[in-house]
Amino acid sequence: MRDHPRLPTSPGFWRSPLRGPWFTSVLGLVLLVGITVLFVTGLVSYAAYNPGLAPVNDQTPDKGILGFYLFAWPTDPVWLYRLTQGVHVTLGITLIPVLLAKLWSVVPRLFTLPPARSVTHALERVSLLLLVGGGLFEFTTGVLNVQLDYVFPGSFYPLHFYGAWVFFAAFLAHAALKTPTALRAVRGRLREPSDLVSPRPAPPTVSRRGALWLVGGGSLLLFLTTVGQSLGGPFRRTALLAPHGAADPGGGPNGFQINKTAAYAGITPADTHEDAWRLVVTGRTGTVRLSRAQLLRMPQYSASLPIACVEGWSTADQWWRGVRLRDLAALVGYDGDPPDVFVESLQRHGAFRRAALRANQAADERSLLALAVNGEELSPDHGHPARIIVPAAPGVLNTKWVARLTFGDL
Amino acid sequence: MPHRLPLGVPRRPLRRVPLGSPLQLLLLACSFALAAYAGIRLLAGDWFGVALWIVGAALLHDLVLLPLYTVADQAVQRGLGAAGRRGWTLYVRVPAMLSGLLLLVWFPLISGLVDQPYRSATGLSPDGFLTRWLLISAVLFGGSALLLVLGRLRRAAKQRPPAPH
Repeated sequence: MRDHPRLPTSPGFWRSPLRGPWFTSVLGLVLLVGITVLFVTGLVSYAAYNPGLAPVNDQTPDKGILGFYLFAWPTDPVWLYRLTQGVHVTLGITLIPVLLAKLWSVVPRLFTLPPARSVTHALERVSLLLLVGGGLFEFTTGVLNVQLDYVFPGSFYPLHFYGAWVFFAAFLAHAALKTPTALRAVRGRLREPSDLVSPRPAPPTVSRRGALWLVGGGSLLLFLTTVGQSLGGPFRRTALLAPHGAADPGGGPNGFQINKTAAYAGITPADTHEDAWRLVVTGRTGTVRLSRAQLLRMPQYSASLPIACVEGWSTADQWWRGVRLRDLAALVGYDGDPPDVFVESLQRHGAFRRAALRANQAADERSLLALAVNGEELSPDHGHPARIIVPAAPGVLNTKWVARLTFGDL
Repeated sequence: MPHRLPLGVPRRPLRRVPLGSPLQLLLLACSFALAAYAGIRLLAGDWFGVALWIVGAALLHDLVLLPLYTVADQAVQRGLGAAGRRGWTLYVRVPAMLSGLLLLVWFPLISGLVDQPYRSATGLSPDGFLTRWLLISAVLFGGSALLLVLGRLRRAAKQRPPAPH
């Protein structure tokens, strides 16, 4: 019964002549490098939010030792987050065909009998559930999140962050156990027979190299139709299927990519009207209330900075103009030594309507409370009457529709 | 000396599950410790939903998605074989796989599932995704058909006897 080729538990059931240690190993080694880069850029993105600075920045307050490496996120180079998060998302999407092909190449092992040859083997198979389930969970939550399809069971940040650690724990064990074999297999030095090779292969319809080319072609196609949303400029049009590809919203100076529109955030013209809106700045020496006209009478500075979103898309540098955060700090008793700042938006709901910036970010000459962009007043969707723009910070920390700034150590 | 069984009746050793390599056991224990540390935090909210997603993702992939595309591929091969067009297999398979891959990754946008939140959040029109996916698919299949025709023409040209001087 065991060798009945109609059952997937029988080796003869699996007939593709493509399966074998060389094919699996090539894909495995690509994933070894690719997933390591994904994990590292993911950890970098986590650090970019400065979760250690204040509870409002921290979507995962019970992270414990998993935040061991956190550091103060720098403001240089200004394209830092554009690069790391663009790589994270674009590479993740590009690796999907490799992941699918890798899983296809080893699927007969799912049905191997006996289920366990030893205690170690049994544990390894449990670990493989975490590897495969965790890996698919990470890729799926990431792919859904960039498409704003929030169907996963909880908030994206903790799911994707803790899920990554579960997955990476299994990935490390798998890599340690399998990499030596994989390296020998691609060098053609594997002596022992492999259970991946079908005992009764069907006639080949494509060579192993041909199949690899197909996987690579799938990756290339996904890459080419995605990467433009991170490059911006004329390349955006090439990102035919990426969420922030193909087109820019409207034209003119404010016609660049929007994360969340004013309507989505529930901001009404009544909230931001000249008579109603005041910026409240609090610090060592008390509280100052400023109208937009008063802000415009303060020294105005310019900075060319991009918007880079956790979803992987970004814009080319935009020419922002407004009041330096360090000058606002000086108004409330921090002359020349701006501390951390707690920023609150008019937005009434939604994550990151409040955010904290670290002293190094507030002190940077290019960190602005922007009033204008590309030579024109900010549009409602880009944060009118005033928004934060900080070099190299993740998009959501560049708070729009700012209502209140509280300077002081957090 | 223990009592010996009569000859010809070999004593069956008690079946014990072997332990396996202790080094690998240690490695897996470390991996599980880290996974458990993160896993407790991962499951802190909707634990059932998250567990369902992780186990479900593995099962859905291995028992539904993979068999589905394997069967589809075999159907293409058989269908073309029955029609006497076995040589066309790759020319159908490659564009179909690439087009299916794009649909799999961008399904929420292409299907229009997230039209409303997408439009309201980004200020962009969600209408182009289906059209662009169809156009890319058309280019893939069209390009494949063109390659097939060109390949036949080239072969036909090679088989033609050389023109007399």
